[in-house]
Amino acid sequence: MLSANLVKPGVLPGALPHEAPATQEPLASQFADLYQQREVATLGMWVFLATEILFFGGPLTAYAIYGGRFSDDFVAASERLSVPLGALNTVVLLGSSLTVALAVRAARLGQFRSVSLLVLATIVLGVVFLGIKALEYSHDYAEGLIPGIRFTAEWRPGVEARHAELFFFFYFFLTLLHAVHMLVGLAAWAVLLLRTLRGRFSVRWNAPIEVAGLYWHFVDVVWVFLFPLLYLLRH
Amino acid sequence: MTTATVEPRPQMREPRPRGRIDYLNVDFGARSWLLTTDHKRIAILYLVSITLMFIVGGLFAVLIRLELATPPGDLVSADTYNRLFTMHGVVMLFFFLIPVIPSVLGNFLVPLMIGAKDLAFPRLNLASWYVYMTGALVALWAMLAGGVDTGWTFYTPFSTRSSHSYVIGTAVGVLILGFSSILTALNFVVTIHRMRAPGLTWFRLPLFIWSTYATSLIILLGTPVITVTLLLLAAERLLGIGIFDPRLGGDPILFQHLFWFYSHPAVYIMVLPAMGVVSELVTTFSRKTIFGYHFVAFASIAIAVLGFLVWGHHMFVSGQSVYASLIFSFLSYLVAVPSAIKVFNWTATLHKGSVAFQTPLLYAFGFIALFTIGGLTGLVLAATAVDVHVHDTYFVVAHFHYIMVGGTVMAYMGGLHYWWPKMTGRMYPEGWAKLGALIIFVGFNLTFFPQFVLGYQGMPRRYHEYAPEFQVLNVMSSAGATILGAGYALPMFYFLWSLRSGKEAGPNPWGATGLEWATSSPPPPHNFETTPTVTLPPYIYSRKEADVVG
Repeated sequence: MLSANLVKPGVLPGALPHEAPATQEPLASQFADLYQQREVATLGMWVFLATEILFFGGPLTAYAIYGGRFSDDFVAASERLSVPLGALNTVVLLGSSLTVALAVRAARLGQFRSVSLLVLATIVLGVVFLGIKALEYSHDYAEGLIPGIRFTAEWRPGVEARHAELFFFFYFFLTLLHAVHMLVGLAAWAVLLLRTLRGRFSVRWNAPIEVAGLYWHFVDVVWVFLFPLLYLLRH
Repeated sequence: MTTATVEPRPQMREPRPRGRIDYLNVDFGARSWLLTTDHKRIAILYLVSITLMFIVGGLFAVLIRLELATPPGDLVSADTYNRLFTMHGVVMLFFFLIPVIPSVLGNFLVPLMIGAKDLAFPRLNLASWYVYMTGALVALWAMLAGGVDTGWTFYTPFSTRSSHSYVIGTAVGVLILGFSSILTALNFVVTIHRMRAPGLTWFRLPLFIWSTYATSLIILLGTPVITVTLLLLAAERLLGIGIFDPRLGGDPILFQHLFWFYSHPAVYIMVLPAMGVVSELVTTFSRKTIFGYHFVAFASIAIAVLGFLVWGHHMFVSGQSVYASLIFSFLSYLVAVPSAIKVFNWTATLHKGSVAFQTPLLYAFGFIALFTIGGLTGLVLAATAVDVHVHDTYFVVAHFHYIMVGGTVMAYMGGLHYWWPKMTGRMYPEGWAKLGALIIFVGFNLTFFPQFVLGYQGMPRRYHEYAPEFQVLNVMSSAGATILGAGYALPMFYFLWSLRSGKEAGPNPWGATGLEWATSSPPPPHNFETTPTVTLPPYIYSRKEADVVG
């Protein structure tokens, strides 16, 4: 008799009274409610992005120091990069940030058809970016601009090849680091696209899309710094 | 000062009811441990693996002290000796001291202390243990394959050009470990921000939480820099590009800057959580609220911030600008202020308290004494002119062992004794534990105090042989190390013994405040039967205090 009284409608037998009723909501057991779960997810991403700034900060500092010390050699090396391709990639990536922002908005409004389309567009734009990047890398290889492996390019008199190589080292280090972040982001979008199509998100629960959006915008902003720092040294 | 023994409060002494479900007996088998997401079980996983790493690092220390018992290099070759002290440093710093208090005590206590059911990201927490294990295994593999001889600092260009040892293997191990630290710190920051129990405002948080929070900030902002620096080092070593090699146009001082930008704050990663532990111990065993709560709390944040601005004091003789050195020297003096605030506040807390000389407090006393010596000799080293004399001597070795072993390890041992009843539900044997604390204190001082003298007399660090006139002090140091080793072995035995034969602890054997004592020992899987509500600041031990604070 007593146990029958204790089981309230909507509460599974055995659940503690303060726990949320068992519903379809994807609430993890350590949280009180979905609001807390969302706050945790977004704060987690913001904290992660803070570490990312320091992660890119190390090589950027080194690059700035050597860029100041060997500025002429770095400018000469930077001229070998294709500004049109870099600029095109900037446009592509900024475009993908737009689709992400729209996807986050659509998720909040519960328009999950648009969310799927916009996430798909983001993935396409991300792949285009990496494709253009790969094209640039293959040009660099053909011209012998791969530091430590195939650095055979000719330099005009007065340019120290060692220093130009240092420039290209930072170019590859930073852009590869960025590309790895892009790949991680693309994998995340692919997972989220599947989940959206399977109807896992709702107006009440769409924090993963927002969190992935934060990450993607960050990766985008990193490129916005890398493009002028690497490509536009002569200007 | 009045003394009293803390007797377990009678009403707390009820034996653990048979059949009660706690985090240890809720499930059995290797699978239930290796796939757990319970922060308490993950803390135990860390406890076991970090203790193993401590033993590995200790074995290297044994060989070092054996070699240094006699002036000539008769036990090992110079090359082997280089590898021994390097691997001792790498294991002890990266795989023991940096993770030990956050990953073991922090993992166990943060959710309990703030009244949460678990950390914010339980699966990430388990992942961080696997990342730790991967890093440790890679580093151990590099050691078994032949080891590394660069010193734990990996200074270039020796590490990139001249060293014929497993630099990259070790660096990759350290790099992987860094991600483990980052994941744990991220978890703590988010948990402390977003998972506190109702009524648990920031200034009602236990000071251990404040120091864990400050530590996490340092880990989050410092660790990525060492990660990327080790990547650059590996790239230089593999590709022969002059990032840090002056022969190829690079700048070796830049490596030192990037390295110490993390590795000096790393000292605070080691010692800040220790300070948090000591704050808890001192209040509990003097049965008084902490003196100057806000000062102690903000001192942790101040140390975290200032700790990022002093790295250049490792580089006074590196060719760094004299003006930069002067500023770094000044800032290093400044960081002594919040450290001193803590020491004074602990002392003031003890004043007129009813002090109970239980084992955890003995360790806290050890911490306060040894940390003060280590801190003051740090000021000696931060003076630019004196540093030129004692740089790279045993004075430095003694100084940082006072901070790291005398400070961090003492506090860790104190914390382990203090929270052992909570973790296991059993009391450790008090008599043996007091003896252990005494042996460790004596052994520690006999090991490291002579090294101050040796260093001041000019014995350089990192050599396998030395002039005969240094022998007496070196023999003292080696003898002390033996005693210290016995002191560390003793707790391992009685802790294991207590698991089966220790007294039942009850929920609150110390009569302490704090939410972790408001639940049973060992705690149930989700920590609390009902989410607690907090209405008072921490450390309210008397009715009078409770009335004053309201």
